[in-house]
Amino acid sequence: MTGERTITVNPEDVKKEILAKYPPKVARKRGKQITPVSSDEKESLQVGANVRTVPGIITQRGCCYAGCKGVIMGPTRDIINLTHGPIGCGFYSWLTRRNQTRPPSDDAENYMTYCFSTDMQDEDIVFGGEKKLKAAIQEAYDIFKPKAISIFSTCPVGLIGDDVHAVAREMKAKLGINIFGFSCEGYKGVSQSAGHHIANNTIFTHVVGLNDTISDAKYKINLLGEYNIGGDAFIIDDLLEKCGISVVSTFSGNSTIDQFANCHTADLNAVMCHRSINYVADMLEIKYGIPWIKISFLGPKSTAQSLRKIAAYFEDQELIDTVEKVIAEEMVPVEAKIKEIKPRCEGKTAMMFVGGSRAHHYQELFWDLGMKVLSAGYEFAHRDDYEGRQVIPDIKIDADSRNIEELEIEPDETRYNPRKTEGQMKALEEKGFQFKAYEGMIPDMAKGSLIVDDISHHETETLIEMYKPDIFCAGIKEKYAVQKHGIPMKQLHSYDSGGPYAVFKGAINFYEEIDRMLNANIWHYLEAPWQKAPELSGKYAAE
Amino acid sequence: MLLRHTPKEIKERKALAVNPAKTCQPIGAMYAGLGIHGCLPHSHGSQGCCAYHRSTLTRHYREPIMAATSSFTEGASVFGGQANLLQALLTIFTTYNPDMVAVHTTCLSETIGDDVNQIVKKAYKDGTIPEGKYVVHAATPSYVGSHVTGFSNMVKSIAVQMAEKTGKSNGRVNIVPGFVEPSDMAEIKRIAAMLGVNPILFPDTSGVVNGPLTGKFEMYPKGGTPISDLKSAGDSMASIGLGAWASAEPVKALDAQCKIPCQVQDLPIGLLATDRFVDALRTVAGVSVPDCVTQERGQLLDVISDMQPHLYGKKVALAGDPDQLIPLTEFLVTIGMKPVHIVTGTPGKAFTKRIKEITARFGDQINVQNPGDMFLLHQWIKNEPVDLLICNTYGKYMARDEDIPFVRHGFPILDRIGHAYFPTVGYKGGLHLLEKILGVLMDRKDRDASEETFELVE
Ligand code: SF4
Ligand code: SF4
Repeated sequence: MTGERTITVNPEDVKKEILAKYPPKVARKRGKQITPVSSDEKESLQVGANVRTVPGIITQRGCCYAGCKGVIMGPTRDIINLTHGPIGCGFYSWLTRRNQTRPPSDDAENYMTYCFSTDMQDEDIVFGGEKKLKAAIQEAYDIFKPKAISIFSTCPVGLIGDDVHAVAREMKAKLGINIFGFSCEGYKGVSQSAGHHIANNTIFTHVVGLNDTISDAKYKINLLGEYNIGGDAFIIDDLLEKCGISVVSTFSGNSTIDQFANCHTADLNAVMCHRSINYVADMLEIKYGIPWIKISFLGPKSTAQSLRKIAAYFEDQELIDTVEKVIAEEMVPVEAKIKEIKPRCEGKTAMMFVGGSRAHHYQELFWDLGMKVLSAGYEFAHRDDYEGRQVIPDIKIDADSRNIEELEIEPDETRYNPRKTEGQMKALEEKGFQFKAYEGMIPDMAKGSLIVDDISHHETETLIEMYKPDIFCAGIKEKYAVQKHGIPMKQLHSYDSGGPYAVFKGAINFYEEIDRMLNANIWHYLEAPWQKAPELSGKYAAE
Repeated sequence: MLLRHTPKEIKERKALAVNPAKTCQPIGAMYAGLGIHGCLPHSHGSQGCCAYHRSTLTRHYREPIMAATSSFTEGASVFGGQANLLQALLTIFTTYNPDMVAVHTTCLSETIGDDVNQIVKKAYKDGTIPEGKYVVHAATPSYVGSHVTGFSNMVKSIAVQMAEKTGKSNGRVNIVPGFVEPSDMAEIKRIAAMLGVNPILFPDTSGVVNGPLTGKFEMYPKGGTPISDLKSAGDSMASIGLGAWASAEPVKALDAQCKIPCQVQDLPIGLLATDRFVDALRTVAGVSVPDCVTQERGQLLDVISDMQPHLYGKKVALAGDPDQLIPLTEFLVTIGMKPVHIVTGTPGKAFTKRIKEITARFGDQINVQNPGDMFLLHQWIKNEPVDLLICNTYGKYMARDEDIPFVRHGFPILDRIGHAYFPTVGYKGGLHLLEKILGVLMDRKDRDASEETFELVE
């Protein structure tokens, strides 16, 4: 797919230009996270990732708390998510992620519109905040009678030594509802990524496996790493339903705690965002025997491949046939849309710097329109997200990741039930089917492109100056700086006000969005008439 | 219903905040730093806070918000953040070349007790801060006060760390405009100019967070208080702080340090508060008020009197910051409305007293809570419905559930534009506020009118 594109700017030059502006030590450090793709020989390429951000560099990264509370737990509607800390952390993560939710009825629980915080004051910092935390849980229980309360630790909590887990245990025993805490203090790890891991661990420990009811649906999967931004999960669900596949639990778009509790009854885990959720996938496999596969519902080709992969896993001709029928049907409007829009976008260029997966998966949608990706990178990924999972054994564990707990998981005594025998898995693999495989971003990066991990503001500026892309994709903090250059900017975290962009229907929305952004009139009016021809000024007055 | 779990019955809460009407100190400090020309705000803590503050300010203004962070990891949290701050200053001055860095702390660096003053001294001494460049710093622990406190702390630090007294008066008046929009800051300057006063306004985010689209990104946009003005602030004739919560401390500190007589006025929102501001400014500057100002006042008065039938007796619920709420409540009373429920998350005893005074004519019927939150406000509304809600963007959930006409005012406004360009201070700002209030009230009247009572004229 990355075939004949040629990129004229030399990525080595771009890298040099970027590093020239840094103090020597910073340049050395950043150099490891900036990887030019200079030839088609990409096997040996490495990208330094999941390492500390240089202080002062103007990073776009957030914190562990944001990854845990905001990303993973934010979309679950029926848990009271209580931030234990000063007011800010809870305030900023209040309704700011565009994950949609659809409660089944008007009185079904939905706390996503609320912000709950212990609003710690200086006396809590000095004397400890456990008392206030307990009281806050009691008050939340008295007013809302929720089925579950979870506690999120912010930076000061760890430092003053509040034991949120002890408080959770005590209040759980007292109130008889599920209460658990996340040790997701913002300073842990080096980015949001640590928070994803902590959220995975905590949900796996305190929720997964609590409900053993097995639904009688025929093909049951979990969709992991899909957060329902702009309604993506809704249209994915619709598509899967059309194929006859049912989703037991989504981690965590449009989710409920009961779905998490029941997710171990699914027969396959389909992983969308590898970075944020691979931990749960691994743990579900070890403890319950559910295999996982990497899929992507971004872009029609990936969507088709992913559906086929799921169908192939279940090895059922009826499902395989339905999937083919659905793909054929859904591709008709997609192809028509590409035909309409491609002539207006062909040859244009894009860059994208987000997340731990989207900067990779979204590339396909640009290729569909005949566009090139000049540069890409993740904000909080690890090396395997660039180089592929085969690199995992070689990744050095540094001081920052050592602090993030790896759970020791054992097969469940009664419920471990391998969905496929070893022989069956082998047979599938021999046919080219891949379990637990993700090749990462690198294989899809064209010669001449540049990979930048944890991009800084200065690097963004340099890329824009040297590559002059036609469209730039990143997050809200970069948005308007990029647009000041007269370059349209698409948020790939929150989708601006758009979406859904997943599966076939979403791809059509995305093509239309790119068309609008590239071809909007506004970018032609940056100069006033008198700026275009200043030499005329004064003439008429003189006559 | 979007806030379906909010019960009408009010239970006292001592520990649980729900739907806060405030946020944390550093965001105010960051905003204040942006109001100095050539200044890069810096958040000394872990990087999440900085990311959150930048995102929120970016969404509020739809403009680039540049700020750096010390990116604490667990190690820094245990051993202190000195190395991080020194590294940050080196990176910043080498790569981004600002004229000034405004460092604020976060809960994290405050909890571990980093001595930022000493670290900055060291950075000056060892040349990490280049000649002719400045680093100002403020302590902004979020477990005290609110975003308004953080703004105030940073402005105070800027004042005392930058102002120089030469002993020769510059003939100017310092104005600290408070935590208001760039449009408001520009309007305050316009009013001063009409009076013939050339103020030193600091901070001044006009031209910084409401910049033009030119095809070029400016790391340090044209606007912002010039550093030379900050220095000169020590030689001004007088200081006026607008809004006690945001601006009293900075002007008092200048008084203490440079003996500049100061006074604190309400933010000039509405007729009477603008009257007081103009009167104060003309008095300290020793100028007379030109007709054009009196003309604007008269226009505001005129519209208020024209529109009385639509305003009189209408009940209003409000949430926001004390400095805004006090004159805003006064304005609503002036125009004949009845503010009945008022909360702020920003603590400060004087608030309830002032609101009670302003609403004295309504007796004991007014609900005021400080500190309070929007959950409580919503419960009050359920118990006593209102005709109008005025607060930040988050109010839209209450407005939709209870079907109340809604005017966005305050911080943050994440889903509308306008606040960066159209002021709500001054007489013109009063007109703009009136237009917004009447717009939603009259749209509602039209929406709810039966066909036979749906009318073209009045
Ligand atoms: S830790 Fe403190 S400074 Fe940071 S966002 Fe939370 S409340 Fe604000
Ligand atoms: S205080 Fe810590 S947890 Fe809160 S936003 Fe900042 S980095 Fe994140």
